[in-house]
Amino acid sequence: MSSSTAVISDEQTPVHSGPILEVSGLGVEFNVDNEWVMAAENVSYEIRPGEILAIVGESGSGKSMSSLALLGLLPRNGRCSGSAKMQGNELIGAPQSTLRKIRGNDIAMIFQEPMTALNPVLTVGEQIREAIEQHTELSPADAKKRAIELLLMVEIPEAERRYDSYPHQFSGGQRQRAMIAIALANDPMLLIADEPTTALDVTVQAEVLDLLRTLNKRLNSAILLITHDMGVVADLADHVVVMEKGRIVEAAPTAQLFASPTQDYTKQLLGAVPHLGSKVGGVLSDVEVVDGRLQIHEEYAEEARRAQADHTASGVEPALQLVDVDIEYPGRFRQPAFKAVSGVSITINPGEVMGLVGESGSGKSTIARAVTGLIRTSGGSISINGTDITTLSARKLKPLRKRFAIVFQDPAASLNPRLSIGDSIGEPLLLHEKLGREELDKRVAGLLEDVQLPVAFRNRYPHELSGGQRQRVGIARALSLRPDLLVADEPTSALDVSVQAAVLELLQELQRERGFACLFVSHDLAVVELLASHIAVLNKGRLVEQGSTEQILKYPRDPYTRRLLAAAPVPDPQEQSKRREQRSIILAAGATE
Amino acid sequence: MSKNDKQRDDSRPSVELSELTLLSQDSDIAGSPRTRDQTARVQTEAKSQGKLIRERFFRHKGALAGITLLVLVFVLAFSSIGFAGIPGWWDKEYDVLADRFNEGRPTLTLWPFSLGEHPFGQDVLGRDYFALTMRGTQTSLIIAFIVGLVAMVIGTTVGAIAGYFRGWTEAFLMRITDVVITIPTLVIAAAVAGIVAKAGIVPFALFLGVVTWTGLARLVRGEFLSLREKEFVESAKSVGASSTRIIFRHILPNTVGVIIVSTTLAISGAILLETALSYLGLGVSAPDTSLGKAINDNRSALTVRPWLFLWPGAFIIGIALAVNFIGDGLRDAFDPKQTRVKQ
Repeated sequence: MSSSTAVISDEQTPVHSGPILEVSGLGVEFNVDNEWVMAAENVSYEIRPGEILAIVGESGSGKSMSSLALLGLLPRNGRCSGSAKMQGNELIGAPQSTLRKIRGNDIAMIFQEPMTALNPVLTVGEQIREAIEQHTELSPADAKKRAIELLLMVEIPEAERRYDSYPHQFSGGQRQRAMIAIALANDPMLLIADEPTTALDVTVQAEVLDLLRTLNKRLNSAILLITHDMGVVADLADHVVVMEKGRIVEAAPTAQLFASPTQDYTKQLLGAVPHLGSKVGGVLSDVEVVDGRLQIHEEYAEEARRAQADHTASGVEPALQLVDVDIEYPGRFRQPAFKAVSGVSITINPGEVMGLVGESGSGKSTIARAVTGLIRTSGGSISINGTDITTLSARKLKPLRKRFAIVFQDPAASLNPRLSIGDSIGEPLLLHEKLGREELDKRVAGLLEDVQLPVAFRNRYPHELSGGQRQRVGIARALSLRPDLLVADEPTSALDVSVQAAVLELLQELQRERGFACLFVSHDLAVVELLASHIAVLNKGRLVEQGSTEQILKYPRDPYTRRLLAAAPVPDPQEQSKRREQRSIILAAGATE
Repeated sequence: MSKNDKQRDDSRPSVELSELTLLSQDSDIAGSPRTRDQTARVQTEAKSQGKLIRERFFRHKGALAGITLLVLVFVLAFSSIGFAGIPGWWDKEYDVLADRFNEGRPTLTLWPFSLGEHPFGQDVLGRDYFALTMRGTQTSLIIAFIVGLVAMVIGTTVGAIAGYFRGWTEAFLMRITDVVITIPTLVIAAAVAGIVAKAGIVPFALFLGVVTWTGLARLVRGEFLSLREKEFVESAKSVGASSTRIIFRHILPNTVGVIIVSTTLAISGAILLETALSYLGLGVSAPDTSLGKAINDNRSALTVRPWLFLWPGAFIIGIALAVNFIGDGLRDAFDPKQTRVKQ
């Protein structure tokens, strides 16, 4: 592993400022059952002021643990070795009292989940003030003034009023901004951001990334960005360190790494990331801004409208047809009912893959559940192969359930932990075909082979499998009855990129082979582009646009679709910086529209 | 890297460390088709759930010790003085008064081993204390297990139905549960137990079961409330599984841990409740006895005649411990995540 010791050179920074953080030969180990298991080994890098260094890796690569070790925040059963110098002061092995002074003062941290990282019973302002008072001698009044300044700095509107708000009154993006404000409270020299945008929607993510970029430029502090998302890296980082299984595989400036990766693992990783616009050839390519106004070529728009009309009225009996579907979550006591979906109409023809795209709270999962008869609609109709399932009783619906199936988002939660893999896959067969033991065993073995899992897995339990393997089991279970319609609810969003690529490939292959229609629900436009021939975009329970994949990605008509497309980062630094400009133009133009 | 190679071996369970997932194993599936075929032949037989549970239970040393101890106590109690008219091998009766021999001290000596005339001694009335303890053990075992069984069945049923169906069913069942909880057991016992207890220990035990299921019902309902929202339940619904199947096949097995732990507690609790009621004269009444009653009768004798206190006490502790160990083993056996069985 000689490449792991590569030291990053940096031309941009002035010579007089040495590195803020110098890590060399850092190792992290965990004691599991009296055996030391390596989590990270020989990790070396350095960060200079004003620089953004990204550590990229899949789950289990040791990227988070090696950063927690810097702050002395390892779990009890962990130990670390090597050296990490903060402006010449050794952090590894330093007493907790020293580290406590450094934490939040010289080095600050932003966590992944802003809801759990903020204390729900204290106001946001108090929590920022607390961070200030911990490390300075400021009077409470001055600390409050400083806290409001910080809120203004992270672009929270009406900072003085919002100072007294509680975390639940903030939106997800605002909470993450508040977390950043807390982290910046004492002008840290280094900001460690551990997956800062993973829990956020793309449009919010783009805003938070913009904020981090401007803050970094303004404050001249360094950012250590830990992420699994190549798009985020391309958007933000100056340098990239790629980690795999606890070791550094490659370290290079961002542009160089994306343009010419030298290591096989990096190439694989980059190859596995779905690239938005790669299939249709450019996102938003046919949207032009003229004099601050958006323009779409009229002929495209007309063509798209015609194609959509043809698709809906093609004469083929659709595999799935939603007509003006409303779904309400009933209210309780004085709480009014919540309308999650209103007036959605979608048509999927047999053998077609339709991508259903939207941000959290858009009602996309609700639709997926309604289509599979898991929740009741309050209006409209859902027809599967021409049969309206909304009016059927549970007993009449049962034989129909053979014709559609659902793959859930979280493979860990959607398999019964007490049922073996074989039993889980065989359950639909047992319920609908009443097979004998032997016949059932044969079918289960066949299904396991179809999803490329060893037959021996049938005796295992879900917890013994990795995420990707579990999702394969989920797919096998869904396809066991050879359904005409498969509903996939974010089937890959809980998986690592390389695993996601394998699962998507499998799904595509099976779809081609068996020709089932598929409603593919996802928040990730790039994944949808890979699979779907048609896309429907949802926003706050309403369908804002639907059409062919090419039409939606190239010349979307709806401003929301444009914002969504512009916000999704692509794993290519040059293209991403261009897209950033395009995004600000679109946002500005969208405002005047 | 030897660690890695070990992980790739298909015959082992792939251990994913819960907190720090060190290895993503997806790449090894598609990567090695040859080893896949080889391993496929090794273990393709589907194993039944029951067999796996039995295997895991018998690997649990604590549970094995517990079940051995409990079986020994059972055999000793029922074979020594006999049961339901069938005579045992011990020649003395628990309700026959006799002259006290050596102030009723135990005649049991371990070295050289000899039982003597009265191995556990005699009580103040000169009754053989071994026979008395055996009789008490019989009563206590019967009561404890009937109470455990009744509480488990009622508690699980009520909790499962309330938790799964929600709505007015839940409201109705839980209000009944609340009512049973609010009436102190001793008050109901004072009103009913005296009459029931005269009818024999089995009706008495059934009665105790009918008033002690409430805790279990609440716990099971709580578990059901959280489990019914899990995706695997939705997944079962989406393939058309009936409510019965979802309750029994999908949710109930996931609550086994809670059910078993509270049932073992209910069993230990039943022994104590019976003791309390017997003390108030509402439970088992003389000349019949139970372990709790034996201790109570001889409360004041602790300093002068400690054996009257120690023997039934040892049996209570032994039974309670054995039951708890078995419960522990059962819980682990039903939990497929338990790969490391306690040695």
